[in-house]
Amino acid sequence: MRVGLFITCLADLLRPSLARAARTLLALTGAEVVVPRRQTCCGQPALNAGDPATTRALALKLAREFADCDAVVLPSGSCAGTLRIHYPGLFAERPEAERRDIEALAARTHELAEFLDTRLPEVPGRHAGRVTYHDSCSGLRELGVKQAPRALLARVPGLELVEMMNAEDCCGFGGTFALKYGAISAAICDRKCAAIRASGAGTVTGGDLGCLMHLAGRLQRTGDTTTRVLHWAEIVAGTSGAQAWK
Amino acid sequence: MEVTSDKFRAAAARSLADTQLQRALARIPERFVAARARAAAEFGEFEQLRAAGAAIRERALARLDVLLERFEAEAVCRGASVHWAVDAAEANRIVLDIARGHGVRRIVKSKSMVTEECALNDALEAAGLAVLETDLGEYILQLARERPSHIIAPVIHKNREEVTELFSARHRRPRSTDIAALCQEAREILRPQFFAADMGISGANFLVAETGSVALFTNEGNGRLVTTLPRVHVAIAGIEKVVETLGELAALARLLPRSATGQAISNYFTLLTGVRGATESDGPEAFHIVLLDNGRSRLLGSELRPILRCIRCGACLNHCPVYQTVGGHAYGWVYPGPMGAVWTPALVGLERARELPEAATFCGQCQVACPVMIPLPDLLRRLRTRTTAEHLRPARERLALNLWGYAARHPRLYALLAAFAARVLYRLGRRRGWVRWLPLAAGWTATRDFPAGEGRTAREVLRRERGG
Repeated sequence: MRVGLFITCLADLLRPSLARAARTLLALTGAEVVVPRRQTCCGQPALNAGDPATTRALALKLAREFADCDAVVLPSGSCAGTLRIHYPGLFAERPEAERRDIEALAARTHELAEFLDTRLPEVPGRHAGRVTYHDSCSGLRELGVKQAPRALLARVPGLELVEMMNAEDCCGFGGTFALKYGAISAAICDRKCAAIRASGAGTVTGGDLGCLMHLAGRLQRTGDTTTRVLHWAEIVAGTSGAQAWK
Repeated sequence: MEVTSDKFRAAAARSLADTQLQRALARIPERFVAARARAAAEFGEFEQLRAAGAAIRERALARLDVLLERFEAEAVCRGASVHWAVDAAEANRIVLDIARGHGVRRIVKSKSMVTEECALNDALEAAGLAVLETDLGEYILQLARERPSHIIAPVIHKNREEVTELFSARHRRPRSTDIAALCQEAREILRPQFFAADMGISGANFLVAETGSVALFTNEGNGRLVTTLPRVHVAIAGIEKVVETLGELAALARLLPRSATGQAISNYFTLLTGVRGATESDGPEAFHIVLLDNGRSRLLGSELRPILRCIRCGACLNHCPVYQTVGGHAYGWVYPGPMGAVWTPALVGLERARELPEAATFCGQCQVACPVMIPLPDLLRRLRTRTTAEHLRPARERLALNLWGYAARHPRLYALLAAFAARVLYRLGRRRGWVRWLPLAAGWTATRDFPAGEGRTAREVLRRERGG
């Protein structure tokens, strides 16, 4: 099986350790892992900023670059949701050939945890202490990603998974919302930060880098320099260590 | 009613700084979100009920013209009069004419958002009529000269101390902070007014086509007094509120209170059909129903059509992280929260409310909570697309998006820019791993640090590892 890893633009710019973790875990499944070099962004920001034409162009670009992959895997619920849920709708009135390509792409798109859930034979990561998982909205409500990342985390030796209150509540990131309405975004985040602290976990994790950098940035700004923030794949892959946001 | 939705940003900032408001908003999750969840769980097949509700509403919209005419015919043959208002001004004129025609001087009202939409009270008071809101929350707001901040809990932004102050200033009675005592006080003030009124005005939760009935779900009982004691009753309803049968109403009756307040049924459910019959002792002598369009028919054939399913339960407000944080007034018109972010631009024009669809995280909670499965994030996304298409987006934002879009479509340029940005960020945050201020992302760094990254893009790192 040939698996194409779509790094996502945020991980590309800010979090190489996540890309490394994702590649490591995918390789453990026995798949041939490729990382197409011309990949950029899935176009989610354009879609949510009222520019579906740009997203369509990026969708076609992505479909071309991953044409020879049996599966396209993304370490992000919202990006995977863009490919799987939103792309097909954007091509409803486009030529047959384009529509077919995009629907085929959507059908073989997987969020990383979903893909690994039944395929990962071993867990290389080790973790001492309590971890709490934040359900990012798009992964949860668009794709139904809920148990898979928790199940993977539960397999990490030494790791104790604890649930925070209202784990499914939005953290206030919301893509460009976080930039345009920073004060509201931060106020929503403060409720999430309080839930994280109340959980007693020293580490918060999740499946969407946008939410995680938002959480980590707010924790940092409000003086919390002890709570560690990691993508769950980094914990499972054991590539986290020094790279944690804290 | 004046539209101030273009000042959302400033209003939201005031909301964030208002500690009393924040305390009030903090009660929403337990009072509404948890209550709805319990009610849904207790019902058992709530998802099937939601699907049925969506289908019922969609069926009604597909035959809206036919159902409205049937409603009119059935209502008229039971002694009601039906009036059609193309906009708010016409609705107000119609109500005023009805009041004049019946020699009305004193009016009591039960809670109605559609009359807020029309600013009906202002029109009636300007004509010299006395109008009294009798829903406790609306009564408090009338005393305070404020607007509702929630479509089913209009006074949610106020606390009991404020109500105490207001009552003691206006009622001139011994002050009390006990909620039951405050309710009793309002009851004693309001009760004689129901008997003194010539006319009662209500909204309508639903219109039933097969019987020409108006359905009301209320909790305080004032709705019954308003619609049965005065000799004239005027009900105002948006044209989208019609359903065909009583059976369909029964399904929606299971859905609405559970979604709104978590009640299995509201304290009062009233089905108003025709005028007082010759052998009946209760009910008005005259029953007028005003059907308001005010832009709704335009939505029928538009991409925003699903919003017409809306049954005004308020669940999307309660579940919205933005509403929970800024409250209803910030939205600047009658309808706040996710449904308001669609209704407001749809009814008053996108150019006057373009901020509202932007101010959403797309978390999807609203869609999950909506009893009639309106795809609210999708509708907001469509409005954002219209904002771009109609050149309503600020030039700076458009420029940034276009530059980014161009780069994302050109992989070599993108790789170069990303590699450059990764290095700049790393240098800026080298000492702590965090950047405290970024001129191009000031909206972020005003409230949060920005991660400095690893100094290389992920693609550079992976390529190097592969090479090594």
